[in-house]
Amino acid sequence: MNAPYPGEIDRRLLNERSVSGRIGLQLQELDVPEQALPEPGLLRTDEARLPEVSQQEVVRYFTTLSTMNFSIDANFYPLGSCTMKYNPKVNEEMAFLPGMAGIHPHQPDETVQGALQLIWELQRDLGEITGLPGVCLGPLAGAQGEYSGLMIARAYFEERGDIGRIVALMPDSAHGTNPASASMAGLEVVTLPSDSEGNVDVEALKALADERTCVFMLTLPSTLGLFEPNILEITNIIHEAGGLVYADGANLNALLGIVKLGDLGFDIAHSNLHKTFSTPHGGGGPGAGPVLVSETLAPFLPTPVVSRDGHTYRLDAPDKSVGRVNGFHGSFGVLVRAYAYVRAIGAEGMREVSENAIINANYIRTALSDEFGIAADRACMHECVFSPQAQKAKGATALDISKRLIDYGIHPPTMYFPLIVPEALMVEPTETETKDTLDRFIAVMRQINKEISSDPDLLHDAPHDTPNTRLDEASAARKPYLRWQPEQNLTASD
Amino acid sequence: MTTPDDRRYSGEHEWAFVDGNNVTVGVTRFATDSLGDVVYVDLPESGTEITQFEKFGEIESVKAVSDLLAPIGGTIVEINSEVIDMPEKVNEDPYSVGWLLKVEVADADSQLGKLMDAAAYDNLTAE
Amino acid sequence: MTTNVSPYIPNTDADRELMLAAIGVNSIDDLVLDIPQAHRFPALDLRPALSEFDLVAEIAALASKNATPGDYACFLGAGAYRHYIPSVVKSVVARGEFLTSYTPYQPEVAQGTLQVGFEFQSMICEITGMEVANAGMYDGPTAFAEGALMACRITRRQTIAVLDAVDPRNVQILDAYARHQGIQITVIGHGDALPDDAACLMFQSPDQFGAIEDMAALAEKAHSAGALAVASVNPTSLGMFRTPGECDVDIATAEGQALGVPLSFGGPYVGLFACKDAHKRQMPGRIIGRTTDTKDRVGYALTLQTREQHIRRERATSNICTSTALIGLLMTTYLAVIGRSGFKKVAELCYHKAHYASARIDQLPGYAVKSGGPFFHEFMVECPLPPAEINRALLGKKIIGGHDMSDRSLNGMLICVTEVNTRAEIDALVAALGEIARPRQ
Repeated sequence: MNAPYPGEIDRRLLNERSVSGRIGLQLQELDVPEQALPEPGLLRTDEARLPEVSQQEVVRYFTTLSTMNFSIDANFYPLGSCTMKYNPKVNEEMAFLPGMAGIHPHQPDETVQGALQLIWELQRDLGEITGLPGVCLGPLAGAQGEYSGLMIARAYFEERGDIGRIVALMPDSAHGTNPASASMAGLEVVTLPSDSEGNVDVEALKALADERTCVFMLTLPSTLGLFEPNILEITNIIHEAGGLVYADGANLNALLGIVKLGDLGFDIAHSNLHKTFSTPHGGGGPGAGPVLVSETLAPFLPTPVVSRDGHTYRLDAPDKSVGRVNGFHGSFGVLVRAYAYVRAIGAEGMREVSENAIINANYIRTALSDEFGIAADRACMHECVFSPQAQKAKGATALDISKRLIDYGIHPPTMYFPLIVPEALMVEPTETETKDTLDRFIAVMRQINKEISSDPDLLHDAPHDTPNTRLDEASAARKPYLRWQPEQNLTASD
Repeated sequence: MTTPDDRRYSGEHEWAFVDGNNVTVGVTRFATDSLGDVVYVDLPESGTEITQFEKFGEIESVKAVSDLLAPIGGTIVEINSEVIDMPEKVNEDPYSVGWLLKVEVADADSQLGKLMDAAAYDNLTAE
Repeated sequence: MTTNVSPYIPNTDADRELMLAAIGVNSIDDLVLDIPQAHRFPALDLRPALSEFDLVAEIAALASKNATPGDYACFLGAGAYRHYIPSVVKSVVARGEFLTSYTPYQPEVAQGTLQVGFEFQSMICEITGMEVANAGMYDGPTAFAEGALMACRITRRQTIAVLDAVDPRNVQILDAYARHQGIQITVIGHGDALPDDAACLMFQSPDQFGAIEDMAALAEKAHSAGALAVASVNPTSLGMFRTPGECDVDIATAEGQALGVPLSFGGPYVGLFACKDAHKRQMPGRIIGRTTDTKDRVGYALTLQTREQHIRRERATSNICTSTALIGLLMTTYLAVIGRSGFKKVAELCYHKAHYASARIDQLPGYAVKSGGPFFHEFMVECPLPPAEINRALLGKKIIGGHDMSDRSLNGMLICVTEVNTRAEIDALVAALGEIARPRQ
């Protein structure tokens, strides 16, 4: 790729800027006598073609790249089910304290008492918030928490000799990770239809729940942003059938101080700290997906958990632990941030978080449901799902509306999910947005709705002012080009 | 584009065309229209036995994947290597250059009898 | 006028009143009527909220209860490694545009994250010598386990052979991943034949004791049994030692932490995952591809997405969703800053310092270096006393000793030396070890 024309962003890759001899860092000199090298047969013969660039070039490159991102720090980001709330800056500072960021995972327990205490306190606090007192903070993201939870369910039934329970029931509105994790746990996925209101079809559930049911996996509130009105009956049906009830905690931001999962009859849950507990998404992780269980299931939690003995904390393996699901003790840096969040919000603040998230979502729902159509016309929790089928009939898809929002500096909602809603646009404003921001979003959406009639190409060609217009994803998938190659053999990897 | 009336159709949007001793198999225009840009076709190797109405492969667009269900059973004698390298051929014309397999079929008549003609298929997809 | 409860929640009472009126309800209670009344608004037994000042004080106090490498000389490794992290890396990763963005599902507003991911994939290919790489996994051990599952998908076989020199911790994680998929795990020695139906041979270089494996011979052994070779490598070592690509490994994985990522008590880290081009459609996780936009400009987007859970659901290649993009950014920035020559030099510094340390420790009465062959920056020492006892004594001298391996080797300690360990630190360790072993007069 050549140097850009004036006015263009310089998109060249690092290796396309590389000049032999440049360095980005002065490394220290060897301060011990040189030692004998191993036999040459063990040594690398080629050279890793890493870039040779000066330090300022590195800084400018990554700084320029960063400006091509939308982010919570700069943009309203109402991405449904992702809980893009403000990520407090103090949390970053706490995670990078040398006494937190600098400690080694193999250090003896007595040298990391502060870190272990933090983990123990956060275990306790998350247990209290969800009403599920058995907590392991180890899983590295929601999907790993999910898989851990399902392993716990399987180990529990195995211990009871109830080995015929091999079905995971879930509604058709479930996140993709639910069936993927269930399948990884060796469970057969059986999907349950939702009724016309977006609720679990209780009659269908009764018919399906039986001695083969291992778990019923339910996202609460649902991916339609609705609280399941028959929840107590549902958990009861599953328990009567001998199964366990699993809560996908992706939408926990609606429930803090509003209701505890444990009180509703849930046995297992995971929580995404990078959603509800304000830790940054980082462009796709790192996250943390603690798994939370009832007291009965606590002995099966993954290893390690932190236990307390007087004033001493230690890493522990639960009695009947399902084992290790990752290298060390979890995303500790993420746990520090979540701890800082819980301590800054405190008991009284938790309920405020969810109440304001709910009010903000309903405010948007009420303002826009006439024009854009709503998947379920009733009070929502922290998010609502529009179904702009009238707009589609006029030639503007959910994708077009989403891309046009970008022109107004707003990140698109989650599109085409849940799968059961045609042209779904899932909007989750979160509690950290001002009424002004919501009013502007509402005004922009109405403006876009007018443009559909007045100037539809504005939508079809959107976005206009971004570093790239719409990308050719079909070519990207047909001829995958997945890494830098020197100019002379620049061919697709297929 | 009209549905060719020289071949038979399954309710799962595949077609079967009798070509001498073999039967050629592909997907319909309705299938490619609902999938969008086809980016990958996963087909079994030549010599594989396939069974009528059972899965024999997958077809992918950017954001969807569908099972390919055999409109007819038999032994695969040839696969269209062109659609492996250039999946866009399936979009270009699913009834000619976008064919997928040639199958050697023992009981073609009885199997074809379980499929629809073009008019019946058009009725199905018009609903 | 009441003040808000939290700086993170902007709505005032007046805002809420206006909004509730617009919604057409009297209070929040009217919006949560679907929640069983008996369970609504439970009291939470949490501590009261802290001001930012008090919060910082509390967490700083917790941090001060930890013994921090840097204040202490540290010789721990065994899966997590202390290296110098250049200032540029810390500065780039703090940018909110990277930190507070989501997974790049909307490529037009995520070109920053996407181009970094493409650089990341390219750099992994370069350092490992492999043909393609994905955009990152949770950590090294889970990437290794996913490599085994991928080998089972490719070969349609259900037995995994693991070399006995692999860290048992990695085998535990593999077991957790494979347990419910009808996959058998068999641990074998270097001299043992692979089971007939093995999908892959899994090995680790350097191995759990620090020894460099002959990856080429292992890959050949796997291939001759119709199995794939799945390796876990130390990425820093690849500045000097043969790469999995050179050794014909099919799937190469690594813990990326050593490349610019803080130790952070074990996470978040990043798993590196690379393979031969022929197998790319069986890879787990996100993959970023280069393409063009409607104006024919180069841009990047997630690609081959039909492998993933949000599309293929129960038949996805993995359940992974949120991964570790930001840690990938740390690694990418690190490799950009240290560059082509720095990558080699860091490896050489580690090598020479570790060999200097091992030679000196080997001369101490009562201690013997026991690595079974050439090593990189970690080596086994047989100590005259239980390592836990030695480590306690070292702590008193402001030294965090090596990893206690006495569960698998008599009085075994795995000592790691990297470029951040100065000669003074190494000499102090040697002196202290000598002193601790000396019988009291």
